[in-house]
Amino acid sequence: MTRDQIGQAVITIITDIVPDEDCSDLDPVKPLREQLELDSMDFLDIVMELRKRYGVEVPEADYPKLATLNSCIDYLEPKLASK
Amino acid sequence: MGSYNNERIVITGVGVASPNGDNLQQFRANLLGGVSGVEKYNIRYFGDTLAGVCHFDPVKYQTRKAVRIGTRAGSIAIYCANEAIRDAALPWETLDRSRVGVYLGITEHGNVETEMEIHQLRSYNYDIRYWSHYHNPRTVANNPAGEVTINMGITGPHYTIGAACAAGNAGSIQGFQQLVLGEVDVALSGGVSESIHTFGIFASFKSQNALAEHTDPTKASRPFDKARNGIVVSEGGAVYVLERLASAQARGAKIYGEIIGFHQNSDAEDMVLPNPKRQAECMTRAIARAGLEPKDIQLVNTHATGTPAGDARECAAIREVFGTACPQTYFNNTKSFIGHAMGAAGALELAGNLPAFQDKIVHPTINVDDLDPECALPNLVIGKPQTVEKLDTLLNNSFGMLGINSVLIVKRYAP
Repeated sequence: MTRDQIGQAVITIITDIVPDEDCSDLDPVKPLREQLELDSMDFLDIVMELRKRYGVEVPEADYPKLATLNSCIDYLEPKLASK
Repeated sequence: MGSYNNERIVITGVGVASPNGDNLQQFRANLLGGVSGVEKYNIRYFGDTLAGVCHFDPVKYQTRKAVRIGTRAGSIAIYCANEAIRDAALPWETLDRSRVGVYLGITEHGNVETEMEIHQLRSYNYDIRYWSHYHNPRTVANNPAGEVTINMGITGPHYTIGAACAAGNAGSIQGFQQLVLGEVDVALSGGVSESIHTFGIFASFKSQNALAEHTDPTKASRPFDKARNGIVVSEGGAVYVLERLASAQARGAKIYGEIIGFHQNSDAEDMVLPNPKRQAECMTRAIARAGLEPKDIQLVNTHATGTPAGDARECAAIREVFGTACPQTYFNNTKSFIGHAMGAAGALELAGNLPAFQDKIVHPTINVDDLDPECALPNLVIGKPQTVEKLDTLLNNSFGMLGINSVLIVKRYAP
C-alpha cells in the first residue's frame, strides 16, 4: 500500500468508528483526538480494525504512534508495504 | 393501596416501540384496525422464521456511534424513554435528574451480544484477540437502563429487573415502589426486549415444540385458537413516566391512569409449565390489594402466548377468579397482533389498552378462527373491537418461565 492508500484506509476506519464526525478535512499533523470525539474505547476500535482488516498488530506500547494521521501512516507504512 | 402510605402513583407519559407502531397512537390505531406486526424474519444459524420486528428510527435520539457501540435493547429503551418524557411534557432541561430512576424489566440480556461475538469470532478461527472490548459493557445486566441514563443525563438510580416474561409489569411495579419510598420523583419504568436478535431463543422454542409456524406471518400468533402452535418471538419496548399524584397535579400533567394494585408470586413448581392456581392467586391478591372485587375489573389483558398448554392454563386461572359472575369483565389479547415481546410484553400490552379509558373500546384478539373450548371465556373479545359501557379498571397479566407471575391493575384517573 502507498502512503496515500494507508492514509485513506485509516480515515475509512475512523469514519466507521465515529460515523457522526466529519473526517473529510483532517489536519494530518494535528492529533486526531483534538479534531474528533475519539475516546479510549474508540481508539481500541482503531487497533481492532487494523487487526481485522489488515492483519496489523499494534502493541499497547506503540499506541502513541497513532496520534496523528501522518504518524499513523509513518507507523503503518513498513507493516503494510507488502499489502 | 393503604399499605403504601396512601401515596397515589400515576402514569403521565408513555413511550412505545412496537412491531406495529412507533408510538402509542399508531400502536392503538393498529390494534383497533386489526393490523399485525408479525413478519418474515431470518436469523443466523436458525434461518427463516417469523418475528415481530420494530421499525422505529434509532437515530431519532441516538448518535450513530451510540447505536454502533450500544445494544439493541439499549436503543429500544432510549427511544421509549425519550418518547415517554416528551409525552409527559416534563421540564426535562431544568428537572433534577438525580431524582429520576430507570427501572426496566427484561427477560434476558447479553445473549444477543455473546452470540454475535462468537459468530464473528468463528470467522477468525476463534482467536480471542478479535473479541470486542465492548462485550462487557454491552452484556452487563443493567445495560438497557444504563444506556438510557447515559443518553438522557439521568444521574438517579438505574437497573433492570430480570423477570422472564413477567418483566414488563415488574418494571412498573418497581417504579411504583421506589416512588412510594421517596427514592425518586420520576420513575421511567417498563420493559424492553431485543430477543429476536438471538438465534438461541428461536432454536430453544423450536426444540420445545413451542415456536409458531404459519404460511401467513400475520396469522402465526393465534392465542386461544384451536390451531395455535406456539410463540412468535418479538422485540419491542414500552416505558412509562410514573409520578406521585401530587407532583403530576402540581404541574397539570395529563394522566393516563393510576396504578392501584399489583401482585407478584412464584409457582414454585416447574421450569416452563405455568401453574393456574398460582396465576389465579396472583390475580386475586392484586385485585384485593386494589380494594376491588373481580366484578369491578372491566378489562383483563391476558398473557396468553399461543402455546396449547399455556393458554389453556391461563384461561383456567381466569375462570377460577372471574367465574361467570362478572358480566362487565371483558378479556382480550395483544400478542395476537405483535407476538410475544418477552420482557417488554406486559409493558407493551398495558400501553395498547390504556387508551381504552378514553375511548371505552376493547381491542380484539385476532386470529381466533376456531375458538378452543378450553379457552372459551365469557366476553372474550374476538375479531373486532368492542365498545363497552364502562371501562374504569384494567388488569394486566404477565407470566414467565421459572413460574414467575405478575399482575398489575390500573384505574382510570379520577381526582
